[in-house]
Order: sequence, then C-alpha cells, then structure tokens
Amino acid sequence: MATAERYVGGGVLRKEDPKLLTGEATFVESITPPGTLYLSVVRSPHASARVRNVDVAAALEAPGVVAAFNGQDLAEEWAAALPMAWPVTEDIKHPDHWPVAKDSVCFAGDGVAVVLATNRNAAKDAADLVEVEYEVRESVTAIEDALADGAPLVHEAFGSNECYTWALANGDVEATFAGADVVVRERYVHPRLVPNAMEPRAVVVQPVASAGEFTMWSTTQVPHVARVTLALTLGIPESKLRVIAPDVGGGFGSKLNVYAEEALCLALARRLGRPVKWVAERSEDYLATIHGRDLIQDIELAATAGGTILGYRVRLLANMGAYLQLVTPGIPLLGAFVYCGSYGGQAYSLECTGVFTNTTPTDAYRGAGRPEATYAIERAIDTLGREVGLDPVEVRRRNFLPAGDNVPSPGGLVYDSTDYAGTLQRALDLLDHDEVRAEQAARRESGDTRQIGIGFSSYMEMCGLAPSQVLASLNYGAGGWDAATVRLLPTGKVEVVTGSSPHGQGHVTSWSQITADALGVPIDDVSVLHGDTAVAPLGMDTYGSRSLSVGGVALHLACGRVIDKAQKIAAHLLEVAPDDLEFESGAFSVKGVPDRSKMIQETAFAAWTAHSLPEGEEPGLEATYVYDPPNFTFPFGTHICVVEVDTETGAVDIARYVAVDDCGHVINPQIVDGQIHGGIAQGIAAALFEEAIYDDTGTLQTSSMMNYLVPSAAELPSFELDRTVTPSTTNEMGVKGIGEAGTIAAAPAVINAVVDALWHLGVRDVGMPATPERVWRAIQEAERGGSR
Amino acid sequence: MPMRQISVTVNGIHHEASVEPRTLLVYLLREHLGLTGTNVGCDTSSCGTCTVLMDGESVKSCTVLAVQADGRELTTIEGLAADGEWHAMQRAFHEQHGLQCGYCTPGMILAAVSYLEENPGASEAEIRHALEGNLCRCTGYHNIVKAVAAAADAMKSGATRSAATP
Amino acid sequence: MIPTPFDYEVATSLEHAVSLLAGGGEEAKLLAGGHSLLPLMKLRLARPTALVDIGGLDELREVREQGEAIAIGALSRHHDLERSELLREACPLLAHAAGQIGDPQVRHRGTIGGSIAHGDPASDLPAVLLALDAELVIRGGDGERRIAAADFFLRPFETALEPHEILIEVRVPRLRETCGSTYLKFGRRAQDWAIVGVAAVVERTDGRIERAAIGLTNMGPTPVRAAATEASLSGIETVDESAISAAASRAADGAEPPFDTYATAEYRAALAEVLVRRAVRAALV
Repeated sequence: MATAERYVGGGVLRKEDPKLLTGEATFVESITPPGTLYLSVVRSPHASARVRNVDVAAALEAPGVVAAFNGQDLAEEWAAALPMAWPVTEDIKHPDHWPVAKDSVCFAGDGVAVVLATNRNAAKDAADLVEVEYEVRESVTAIEDALADGAPLVHEAFGSNECYTWALANGDVEATFAGADVVVRERYVHPRLVPNAMEPRAVVVQPVASAGEFTMWSTTQVPHVARVTLALTLGIPESKLRVIAPDVGGGFGSKLNVYAEEALCLALARRLGRPVKWVAERSEDYLATIHGRDLIQDIELAATAGGTILGYRVRLLANMGAYLQLVTPGIPLLGAFVYCGSYGGQAYSLECTGVFTNTTPTDAYRGAGRPEATYAIERAIDTLGREVGLDPVEVRRRNFLPAGDNVPSPGGLVYDSTDYAGTLQRALDLLDHDEVRAEQAARRESGDTRQIGIGFSSYMEMCGLAPSQVLASLNYGAGGWDAATVRLLPTGKVEVVTGSSPHGQGHVTSWSQITADALGVPIDDVSVLHGDTAVAPLGMDTYGSRSLSVGGVALHLACGRVIDKAQKIAAHLLEVAPDDLEFESGAFSVKGVPDRSKMIQETAFAAWTAHSLPEGEEPGLEATYVYDPPNFTFPFGTHICVVEVDTETGAVDIARYVAVDDCGHVINPQIVDGQIHGGIAQGIAAALFEEAIYDDTGTLQTSSMMNYLVPSAAELPSFELDRTVTPSTTNEMGVKGIGEAGTIAAAPAVINAVVDALWHLGVRDVGMPATPERVWRAIQEAERGGSR
Repeated sequence: MPMRQISVTVNGIHHEASVEPRTLLVYLLREHLGLTGTNVGCDTSSCGTCTVLMDGESVKSCTVLAVQADGRELTTIEGLAADGEWHAMQRAFHEQHGLQCGYCTPGMILAAVSYLEENPGASEAEIRHALEGNLCRCTGYHNIVKAVAAAADAMKSGATRSAATP
Repeated sequence: MIPTPFDYEVATSLEHAVSLLAGGGEEAKLLAGGHSLLPLMKLRLARPTALVDIGGLDELREVREQGEAIAIGALSRHHDLERSELLREACPLLAHAAGQIGDPQVRHRGTIGGSIAHGDPASDLPAVLLALDAELVIRGGDGERRIAAADFFLRPFETALEPHEILIEVRVPRLRETCGSTYLKFGRRAQDWAIVGVAAVVERTDGRIERAAIGLTNMGPTPVRAAATEASLSGIETVDESAISAAASRAADGAEPPFDTYATAEYRAALAEVLVRRAVRAALV
C-alpha cells in the first residue's frame, strides 16, 4: 500500500460543515413523522418517596391528549429492566431500573407517569394535571453521608448503600510504604458535573405496526449498543429495530447511554401504533441525563528522600447515583490503572467503592475515570515535590517512565509509546518558563493583589477501548472491536461504512482522508456512512477516544483488503501476475512498465460487470474489516497553565494556557487541535466554574444553564498548542485517541496554578471548582494560619 | 385561547401565521414555517443557540413571543447566504474550524454577524466578550473567536459574501 | 419552555395600556421587551392570565434632555442606553452599567422600564438609579405621579407600582464635570447577574469630596445605598488610600446580603468592601 500521502496530515477542511453552516442539518428534534404524538414525562420532585397513587384521569380529559399511563400501566411493556452492561464485581448490587417507576422513586427526576398528546403544548399542559400521591422518605445525596451508620437507604432491599467494592494490586504495597522515606497523603474531592451537550436529548420512534418494525431516531453516541440493549428491554427482535443517530449535537459521554425515554418511545409507539416523540427541555435534561465525576479520592505516594516515587496506594469512593445506567459502575475503573500517570514505581494498589445516593445516576463524562486519576497524581506529585524540595518540573522529570516503546507501568499496563520529558521540555520552551517565574517573583515581592501561579500537568491517559479480552477480564458486557466496510461503486466513487458514530468529531472528513490516500482517489469521491444500524450494522460506536484508533484502523485495514482484491483484478485485466504490479496513487502498474496500468476505478467497474474476473473471484469490489485492538493507546502531553489570582476577591483569570500533546500520527491537524481546545475548555470549566449542587432535600439547585455555570468565550483564554509525534505501537497507523486528552490534562494544571499562586500566603489546597469564594476563603484561612 | 394572526418577513419572504399568543418565536420558525436551522439549547435564555436577527439585531428567539415579532424582519441561518454565496461569517467558521457538532453554530454565527455590524472594528478581546451570550460545548471557543476575527477582516474589506464552497 | 396560556392584547396608546391593564384582572402583566417576564413564564414560575404588550408605544422610547435632567423613556433598551450619545456624555454611569447587563441579545430586547419594574435586587440598573438619585414617572388610571428611586424598591420583586400602573419614564440628573462615576460588576460569567455590583458617583471640588453616592446590587432584599461609606467619604479634604479603605470597610454596614449557589452572605460583604474601594478609586476625577 505504498501510496503517497496526499490528504492525511494536511489541512483538509471539514466535509461535515456545509449543512451545519446553512441550517440544513437534521437533528432529532427536526424529525416529525406524520401523526406524531408528543410524549411528556411527569417526574418526581422528591429525592426519595413511596409512590402511593398516580392518577392520570384529569390529564386524559385535557384537550389534545391521546393517552396517559403510570408505571403500573406500563409494567407489562418491559421484557427486562433498563440495561446495565458493566457489573464490575460478582456481588455488585444492581437495582432494577424501570423506565417509569412502579412503586417508589429514588431521585428527583425519576419518572412517575407519561402523557401523550397530538402537540407539544398539549402534552406539557396535561402533564401538569397528573396527580401523584407521594409518601416522602428521607434521602441522601453525598457519598460519605450515604455510608454513615443509619443513613437513609436508597434501595432498602440491599440493606446498605454500598454498591460494590473492587480492588487492584501490583507489587508489595505494604512493604514499599513501610520502607519509604517519604509518604505523601492527599484527599481530593471531585464535584458532580453535568455534561451539557448543547443539543438536549430527544427521541423519535416510528412504528410499522403491521410488520412489528420500529425505526428510532435518537440523540445517541451508541446506536449499535442501543439497538441490542433496547431489543432486550422491549422484547422486540433485534432485527425489527433500526436505530438512527442523525446529526447529533455533542455527547461527551452523556449520550453514551441507553435511556428510559428511548424505551418509553418504543413501548408507546408499539402500544399506540403511532410515532412518538420526546424532546428534553434543558432543565429536564439536567435531571434525566447522566451526570459525571462525584468522587472522593485518598491517594498516597511512597517515595525516596530524593523524590523518586516507589509506590501508589489509592482509595476511591464513587457516587453511582440512584440507579446503575449503562456503564455507571465501571467509570472509576477506566481510571483505576493510571493513578501512576506518566511515572514509575514498584508497587500499586487501588480500591474503589461504589455508593448509591438519591441523585441522578452518574456515568461517562468526557474522560470518564481518567480526569479523576490524572488530577490525583498531578496534584499529589506537586505536593511530593514540595515535600522533598523539588520544583514541579524537576519532580516530574525525576519520575517519568523512560522514553520508548511498550513500556510497562506500575499500574500493570504496557504503554504503547512514551516520551514524557519531550512534551514537558517543548511546553517549557513555549511558555518561556523562566520569564514567567521572574514575573511571579516580582509580584510576590511587591505584594501585588494580582498574584501569578504556574501549574503543570504532565498527563498520560489510556484510551481506544479496547481489547475485547481485557474488557472481559473487567466483566464488561460487550466487546471492544469496531468495523469498517469500503465499497467501490461501479462509477469509481467510494462508500465507506463505519461502525463509529460521530457527533461533532469530524469522522467524515478524517475517514475520507484515510480512504482517499489509501486508495489513491480524490477525497471528494469518498462518502462516509454512519450512525444507522440498517446501513452500518456492525459497530461499537463512539466514546472513550476510540474512533480513530479502533474504527479508523479497521478502515485502514479494510482499504488494504480492497486493494488486494483490486490488484488481482488489475493483474487479470493486464494479463500479468498480481505480484508483477505495484500500486501508487490509484494506479496498478506493471513493475518497470509504468505505461501498462489500470486505475483502481477501472477494476471497480470490471468487478461490477464481472465480464472478466480472475478464476474463482467474486464480483463486486468491497471489503469489511472487524478490528479488535491488541492494546489500548496511551496519549500524553504536558499542559501548563498560568493564572492571575486576585487576592482580594479570589477571582482567578487564566493568563496563559500552553498545551503540548502527543497522540501519535495525526490525520487532520485542525480537527485534533479542535478536540484539544474543547477538551481543555471542559477541564478548565470543571476546575473553575461547574458544580452540580443538591440541597438537603435532594433537589438539584444548579438545574439550568442559568446557575450551572458553563463558561462562555468571555471566561476562557486562547490556547497555545504544539505537539510531538510518537507513533503508537498498538496499531499499524501509529495513531492514538485525542478526544478526551484536553479534559484529562486541564483541571490539575489549573488548580496547581492556583495553589502555586497562593503558596507563599500559606494556601496549601483549593477545592474544585476554585470559585472566587473558595479561593478567597482559602486565603482568609491561610492568613489566620488555619490552612491544613 | 384565541389564536392571533401575525405577519413576519423571514429571510425576505413574507409569511402570515395563526399562532397561540404563548408561541415562542423559535417555534414559529421551526414548527410553523419549517425553518429548523434554528436550534433550541436551553430553557433559561442562557445559551444563545436560538439566536436570530430581528430587524438586523441579534435576539434569542426563545425569549421573544411570536406575536412580538409581528410586522418584523427576521433573518435565520437559512437566510444568511444569498444567491448561493455564503456570508463571510459562514466561510470563516468553515476555514477556521469554528464548529464541531454544529448545534450552537447557527446562533453563534448570527450573534457574531449582529455584533460586527454594530462594531466593525472589534478586537479579538472584544469579540470574545461579545460572545458572552452564546455557549458552545465543543470548541472551547478558540477557533470561534479566530473565525469571527477573520470574518471581521473580510467584512471590513467589503467581502461580505463569497462563493459557497471552497 | 412553554408558557401557560394567556390572553394577549396590544396597547395602541398609554391610555389604552392603562385601561387594558385595569381590565385584565389580578394576573394581568405588562409586556415590554419581555426579558424579565418571559424567562419566568417559560419555566412556569410566572403564570399570568393576560399580557398587555406595550412594545409598540414609540413615545416611551426616547432619551432626551429635560432641564438639568435626562429623561429616559421606559421602553429604552439597554442597547439604546449603552449607545446613547446623550447619556454617554451627560450620565456615563448609566450607559456604562447598561452595557454590562446580560449579553448583547438581552440588551437588544430588555428595557430599562422592565428591568426596574421587575424589582430584582440582583439587577444592575436599580442600584445605579439609587446612586444617581433618579426619579421615576408612573402612569396610572388617575394620571401621573413621580417617585424617588429610593422609595421605589420595597422587597424582592416588589415595588411601589400599584397593580395597574405603568412605569413610563426614568429621570436621572446630568452629572456635573466635578463628578466621577463607575459601575463595577462582579460575577462569575459575563452573562450572569452580579454577585455584587457597585455603582459609585463621587463629586469633588479642589480635591475635597463634596458628595459620594454608592448603590449596591445584590446586597439585600432591595438595591441599597452604602450609607456609612458615603458619610465617611463626604467632606474628606485629602483623599488617600487609607481614607478610601476606611470608608470602604463600612460598605456592607447594615446590608443583608443573600446566600445562594453563587456566594455566601459573608463573602458578598467582603466583596462589597473590595469593590466599593475600587469603584471609589475609579470614580475620583
């Protein structure tokens, strides 16, 4: 496949853009089949209650209303409860999760009834008329409160709020800690975050009643997973269910799930024989779409007096929320192996306890487990540095794993390729570190009310889920492969079918680049089909920075198969042996006789007419590859954040943000940079702005974009990016994922910078988000000598 | 409730519609007129996703009643290109990779167009601040700000529209 | 996202508006730009049975000089105030503050009358009007009356407007050349309401502070004046950092700042001190 690269790595503008720039995109809310009924879900305002009675009679009388049901009315619709695919331990507690609660509600937002009407307004008005009698119970929302003796039970039958405890150990942790010169102990609390994809969730189901068939359009990242699992929940043969993810307005993990409303639209379309549509209002989305993070970490580092880390000991308490959504229990495990980050050591242990609370379930939010792990190690290594007298740069350098290929880690993984010192140095150069340090010193000296801090994050993450056998060992309920089909049409145009399901990542462009270069065809001749189980039946979808390093590699390999077949056909047409041909820029030519050649498009036409094919060769020119990666990929980099902290108000401004990332070979630099920009913004948002807050009654107080502070352009800086390229050894393209790296890296860089700015005042820690008030309080306490 | 008759001009085309008074402008556009390019991102007037131009000025169409738009001129994302030529802002968003999922994009573009019409000489810092009412979750705004700055240059040099695709 | 149903009437004149309001019952509301009311209606936190739309009353849109005062029609939008040449020259504080409300789209719709009549202690303009000793002109069934801004705000979201009255005009004084002024808004996001806002007007002759007027946003159930600070500033002959600091330290005296997900009362009080100090410093001319 010795084709010269023409598109990969170059500045190819996105093919996705035109329809998005002109209003021609098709988001789910824009799909309304004739005769559609609008679904409105009546939700519990109480965090925990027995549901005594749900009376829908008044709603049924309202104008435009066609049907209304409570949980009991719908009980017969379910062949199984909503899916949970990651029972991390054998003895995990797993409560049944019904699309509409049957007899008790476990969080504010749990559905108790549904109303269907011929228009949106009528459905909303009638939902107000449903009368629900609750017997309110005591509730609990915080992790440690839920574990306390006598805590209200989220699920009484379990007798406690502990969902599971999972553990991992490598090496002799006890002996390592006993023999260490220095032990650093830190506790970090991760606030609960709301993913906030800009498109709220929506579902439309159109039945073909006579055939028992259903088409579901959903704002999902996972049409394939949704099809399998919803078929099981509804008892619909999988073959009768087509799931389409049309244009999807962002996901960040929140649409990596299978939701009650999807099951409801299917069940109600089946029951009523009409199309059913549900569109979340944003404040409804805040309750009914998964949240992220909400974790307490205790991390200990054992080290030598010289600052070399010997061992890691981590204890996690993770808030599951009220129910287990698709992969809720597994989220902490996605970070469990990387609490050592980029660093070495001889011993490693981690224990994680999942905890039920009366809150919206948590699940994957951008980075899922790895932002948490990275935060812990990147904060703790700063503390270690201060403990042994090393600055943040030196303590990192001293502990980096060596540059190389297939490097074993303390967490028991083998990192595909590493060069941690390289990104750190590049970032320092870009920043002009010495100059910023000098400015910091001058401000400290003058007692300026705007103090400067520099924060580092030399992150390393694991992504590209995943070798199926590794997932099996973690008790995950599905594989980690992905699929691609490459099809040359008779006219020489190319159709690519991918099992990835993009929602903003630009797969159509990147996949076109890969295909056009591999086959030597013009990029405009390549179409990419995705996100429809009838068109792309094989796939594992898009999450965990897996699309390129799994689905993209599958495409690369499928292109190889197509070329192999095309070469046989070309050889047949040229009356030579296949080995006598070489392939370049779309042409198969006889070695040494470049005039004797066939374009790959000609072989496609020949394969279609099938008038003259090699003996035994099938007509048609297409190939599928289902690729199961042999390892994860491990992107890395160094981010440096410079903050200015107003010591009088506690306000934090980001003055500079430098990021040097390494994701191996880059297909589309503009898209990669865009992923990093967006990722950093979400990391900064977590560090400084966002926090879901529940009150004592279990009501979500930050329940809209008015009081849950998603930052705008006005709050964020421009970013200074650079990259190094250390090809992955996991796949033959040498690529790694980049969708989550920015988010994983950013939060510790920001908080380390805030702490650095205030260290001389006695501040030792500031919790996330570092709101002006939190920062101000930290300064006040330090002035009173009260900080730690 | 009695319906109200209103007339609006959207993207240069005159429309009459009969609406409930409570109908929000965004639903007039999306559901009565079939202009689904304007998206809805929140219910608290916070995100700016639904921004359209009313008499040339940016407004959040979720916070205007359809009846308040009676007699007004509206521009939605569908009407920004003219005679097959994109607006400089559309082109700049494409060239600078100022969009990913594209959901906030129509509102972001129209907010930016309105701002530059009022402030043609805006600096990058002013542009950043002026987009305070439009949330994006994908881009981190870096390329959006670059795109608006690039469009500002193009608009200043008179190239408000240019050929559709590169 | 969908308001409850309501009757809708378009007022064709001020008299018409007053009579529609009177005829619309207890739950009738005025609609101008709608940027205080519609957000509440969309969340069904407000459920008016009738709306009287005064958006077409162009006579309420003017900003003009009236003797020593500037008269601002209630339908003047924040955008209009921000860009009014007259205000920028004669009362820059108001133009400056209006430009910090919400975001450009909000400023294209929201009006000064709506913002004031809503009575939200977290809104920016009420504190500015207090600091300016503004006067409000109100129209009811019995004709016009005038009220000082200081007497207008009673409780959160409750003002001296009677149910069927309409705020039609705001009058602010022309600030003399000896007056400096500023509005400092502290929030976490640019589009948000102020956690605390400070409107300051400082008048000096020959270096001496003749008068200081300081209005505070979101420091109590209504907008309030920082009276202790004002008293401590006025009459100071030699203005230095310590004098300003001493005065600012009393910024929150008597205030009852709220506690919400943005900030505690204690923090707001501390913030008020810092912001008042900075605002006074900025308002020295």
